[in-house]
Amino acid sequence: MNAITLNNITKTYNKGTVLAVDDVSFSVEKGELFGLIGPDGAGKSTIFRMLTTLLLPDKGTATVGGYDIVKDYKTIRGILGYMPGKFSLYQDLSVEENLTFFATVFNTTIEENYDLIKDIYVQIEPFKDRRAGKLSGGMKQKLALCCALIHKPDVLFLDEPTTGVDVVSRKEFWEMLKRLKEQGITILVSTSYMDEATLCDRIGLILNGKVLSIASPADTIKAYPEKLYAVKAQNMYKLLNDLRSHERTVNCYTFGEYLHLSIKEDGETIKNYLTEAGHGELVFKETIPTVEDCFIRLLKTQNERNGNKGE
Amino acid sequence: MNETVIKANKLTKRFGDFVAVDEITFDVHKGEIFGFLGANGAGKTTAMRMLCGLSIPTSGEATVAGYDVFSQPEEIKKNIGYMSQKFSLYEDLTVLENIEFYGGIYGLTNKEIKTKSEELTDKLGLHKEAKKLVRSLPLGWKQKLSFLVAIVHQPKIVFLDEPTGGVDPYMRREFWDLIYDAADRGITIFVTTHYLDEAEYCNRVTIMVDGKIEALDSPSGLREKFNVQSIDEVFYKLARQAKRSAD
Repeated sequence: MNAITLNNITKTYNKGTVLAVDDVSFSVEKGELFGLIGPDGAGKSTIFRMLTTLLLPDKGTATVGGYDIVKDYKTIRGILGYMPGKFSLYQDLSVEENLTFFATVFNTTIEENYDLIKDIYVQIEPFKDRRAGKLSGGMKQKLALCCALIHKPDVLFLDEPTTGVDVVSRKEFWEMLKRLKEQGITILVSTSYMDEATLCDRIGLILNGKVLSIASPADTIKAYPEKLYAVKAQNMYKLLNDLRSHERTVNCYTFGEYLHLSIKEDGETIKNYLTEAGHGELVFKETIPTVEDCFIRLLKTQNERNGNKGE
Repeated sequence: MNETVIKANKLTKRFGDFVAVDEITFDVHKGEIFGFLGANGAGKTTAMRMLCGLSIPTSGEATVAGYDVFSQPEEIKKNIGYMSQKFSLYEDLTVLENIEFYGGIYGLTNKEIKTKSEELTDKLGLHKEAKKLVRSLPLGWKQKLSFLVAIVHQPKIVFLDEPTGGVDPYMRREFWDLIYDAADRGITIFVTTHYLDEAEYCNRVTIMVDGKIEALDSPSGLREKFNVQSIDEVFYKLARQAKRSAD
């Protein structure tokens, strides 16, 4: 059974002038960890807000836990947990007060579902008397997750939960998600960190309100159509400029300590070109694309189609 | 590359019993891209605030652009640029009004502001959006504009506090193109980030843990020293040892 379905969902703002979500259809299976990946303004948050019954779609239908998001919104609100992109707890209430508040609103108690949040809550328990507004980013995120979980939801919606959070906390956060998934909770999550995308069962790449591809991370990578090279030299900035100005270059961008390059030319020719241009300590090798490469390729194609830089 | 533009010696900041920044010592050279990493709560923001002349250190010494952080904070403010993820531009002003406003603050003449406005909108391809409110721009565009506005007065150093948080991978790279370009023109870049691939784009990287600098080297130097494949692993090794909770 599907935990979430969207059928031709469309949403516009400003009296129809801004198309935020454009005829989107996809479904998330029960118990699946599904990632929505897309740039700022792609429509991810709008999708979240429609599925959490906070916003009505213009067209199309959608269900959460088998219930219709328009007709059955009251039932849905009882079975979903939602962590919005913007920190939305009560800043003037303490950690414990926030949690008690959310438990009470959902007609339950902290004790009743303590098992579910225990792993996360013990990490913030030492600060339970501190006001939520005074917590660090990582702590706020953990509290928000606890509050979203306290009524034992069937489906969890997490809108960019790790933005601004350091790598150690991010790893911990994803380990928590894995444990929640093991308990049968369906999770829809959006992120701008591509390394997190690979931890999802399936990912949907979304751009300008449209879902462009849905596949497992492995299949997303397999679909990359060109050879990809990793290139490194002593002067990386010059290397970048030299490769970008080469007429057969399709795309060249920084990627950690290397540049990633796709080019309509065989490797040997390019290597010679770079050696002649005086690049020392040259490393040139074929590499396996990552989800990030797939995403960049998609965005570049799209931007060029729109006549680069919005003009 | 050897002219020093930031010099910190045992720089310390206490809040009561809490030592937020604990005797940090380092130099930053002209035109360098200097990455300043650390977990949430490691003391990065406090350190940066001292270097920007916004917070007087408890002890130690530091000069920024040749000015002393204790006695010349106002001079420092005139000679640096600053941009953060949380606050950068005025959302209720248009693109052009923001450039005008910051240009004015930094003492540019009207003529200079006009030239700069054209240069910036040109560089970003924002002609159509020049008279739109900044609020209506996508995050990536805002951040790029915000960076160029932060260096509108050609400062010696620009401090960037998580400039790319929440920005997608494509836009993050366009943002870094602007950073490279500025560094190439001799502006020193002091940058914090949670995207560790971006650490690789820096000339040198420091990693702060519990208020102290635990590592300072080039990205390749750090990888070698810790015998790992990526800065991600270096960071993880160090930050995991942190005793102080992220708050």
